[in-house]
Amino acid sequence: MHRFANPAQFNRLADRILPWAKLVLAASLVYGIYLAFLGSPPDQYQGESVRIMYVHVPAAWMAMFCYLVVAGASFTEFVWRHPLAILAGKAAAPIGATFTALALITGALWGKPTWGTYWQWDGRMTSVLVLFFLYLGYMAIWRSMDEEDKAGRAASILALVGVINLPIIKFSVEWWNTLHQPASVFRLDGPTISADMLWPLFMMAIAFKAYFVLVFLYRMKLEINRRKLSVLRMSRVTG
Amino acid sequence: MVFERLSFTLDPGELLYLRGKNGSGKSTLLRLIAGYLRIHGGTLMVGDDAWWRGDAALSEALIYAGHDNALKPVLTLRENARELTRLMTGHAVGDVALADAADVFGLTGLLDQPVRYFSSGQRHRSNLMRFAYLKRPLWLMDEPTVGLDTENREALAGLMRAHLDAGGMIIAATHDPIGVEGAMIDMRDYQPKVSLEEAWL
Amino acid sequence: MTMAPQSTQDTSLSGIFFGIVKRDVRLAWSQGGTGTMALSFFLIAVTLFPFGVGPEPQILARIAPGVIWVVALLACLISLDRLYQADFEDGSLDDLALSPLGLTGVAAAKILAHWVSTVLPLVVISPVLGMLMNLPDGAYGTLLISLLVGTPALSLIGSMGAALTVSVRRGGVLLSLLVLPLYVPTLIFAVGAVDATAGLVDPTQPLALLGAASLLALVIGPFVSAQALRLSLE
Repeated sequence: MHRFANPAQFNRLADRILPWAKLVLAASLVYGIYLAFLGSPPDQYQGESVRIMYVHVPAAWMAMFCYLVVAGASFTEFVWRHPLAILAGKAAAPIGATFTALALITGALWGKPTWGTYWQWDGRMTSVLVLFFLYLGYMAIWRSMDEEDKAGRAASILALVGVINLPIIKFSVEWWNTLHQPASVFRLDGPTISADMLWPLFMMAIAFKAYFVLVFLYRMKLEINRRKLSVLRMSRVTG
Repeated sequence: MVFERLSFTLDPGELLYLRGKNGSGKSTLLRLIAGYLRIHGGTLMVGDDAWWRGDAALSEALIYAGHDNALKPVLTLRENARELTRLMTGHAVGDVALADAADVFGLTGLLDQPVRYFSSGQRHRSNLMRFAYLKRPLWLMDEPTVGLDTENREALAGLMRAHLDAGGMIIAATHDPIGVEGAMIDMRDYQPKVSLEEAWL
Repeated sequence: MTMAPQSTQDTSLSGIFFGIVKRDVRLAWSQGGTGTMALSFFLIAVTLFPFGVGPEPQILARIAPGVIWVVALLACLISLDRLYQADFEDGSLDDLALSPLGLTGVAAAKILAHWVSTVLPLVVISPVLGMLMNLPDGAYGTLLISLLVGTPALSLIGSMGAALTVSVRRGGVLLSLLVLPLYVPTLIFAVGAVDATAGLVDPTQPLALLGAASLLALVIGPFVSAQALRLSLE
């Protein structure tokens, strides 16, 4: 077994990180919400509805980030058959799916006052929707097989195929139809949005990251315990 | 994972029986040798070379017959045999070789009938027939005697003896040595004492 | 453990490859095969659209490329379910995995057979459906080219899904869930090309992208399918 694959060791590590994650989450969330609602100005064109951005944009970042975690875990599983990696993917996927759904819903709510419609078949929205479908497929394949190891391996293969396909899907739907503004935060010549809006955005992004770490670690511990339980049950059956 | 301290050598002309109750891992070991399963810690050697799954040399050296009969019901027995031969060698099966193989198990009259009309015993014999017409040095047989009557058991025993005399090798998972001399491995002796899964505890 | 090696007869890999192709084409068109099913579905499902959206020729002409492509995609999808499952159920997959061709080559042969037996008939029949859908005269050529260039990607991508779900009971629904999102680029480029022609624009760029999508699917499809099939052997 791999050194870091020791579940007990992982649990100890998780227990040391968890309090910090809670602390960072509480602090950044409170400060971020304050900045988002009170500490930042309304947009000169969009008015108060711009505040949806402070949830929407970090959620969209997290949607991508979680897929990277799932894909990284899948790669580790596929190449080195790391027993904890397989659980990491399983633990991260529902969080990613939730953030993706959140990004889609807040996007729709923001679209109504800005573009006059909840849904536009715009390139970026469509590719996030497809990303949501990929998460659903990944989770469905986990549920479809009785044998955990097989299910995990099949899910890993799917996630890796998804990684190859995501850029193509993204490119194709943007080529097909696009409305979204070009990137405005991560640019070589510095961000184009004002610092008043950047701060609450980053605070919320940190809060979302901390939330991910927290839930991810809890879910990992849960999966390890479930694994323990099934080994115990198995040993009862086989005597 | 499934076995511990299991080690054996098979030379040309030798037969090895795997014995043990259901669930003892006979089939698993056979599938391991056939390359269907991944070996976690342990080696499988052919001469001086390690044998890994997906290896072309491996697939050209052995034939495997498992519980499922691997027959297409819509095709006749002859067509099934043709497809299998083509799949394994890329060449057509010789009509003489096929007729001889069918004769061993009394299937000559069934050669041109679609397999969907066959009884389960006939299907099993049709599956065993592959050992006669595919020329491969190593035979992996999973419960070959199940459902065979005395006459066909004799036929199978004769086929196996001829293969061994010609320098072939056989590994058969069965509790039923059918009168052919061979070494024996009792799977009970190799049950793992420590399960790898215990790392989760 | 050791086993002495023994000489083996020479094998013909191309003989194996085309043997599998022929076998699968034949099985697809024999009783219980998927070839006729997919073709009938294609015909029937396309004829539903005029009932659904009304028979106005302009509307039908506008949606014709999309409808034909989407239904072809779905027809392909329903036939994929059995691509490996029949072999898995009767134990033939064990034999396929032992072929000297290797499982990746076997998967490639089976994918080619699926395309020839199930998808190619859809392509051949598509001009008839174009007439039913009032497809503009100039767009027939591009429709056929887009189908010929793009549908291999459907078989290749679908094969990965079929291999992943081979051991799942009633895996058809799961298969759609896995495969449909991956079909999005193929659909976009293909319909983009036909729409371009119908709008008197040069369709070369979307066709080139469609070809690229098929080529990429060709690179990963057989390999990923083989990896997924190995799982079901364990």
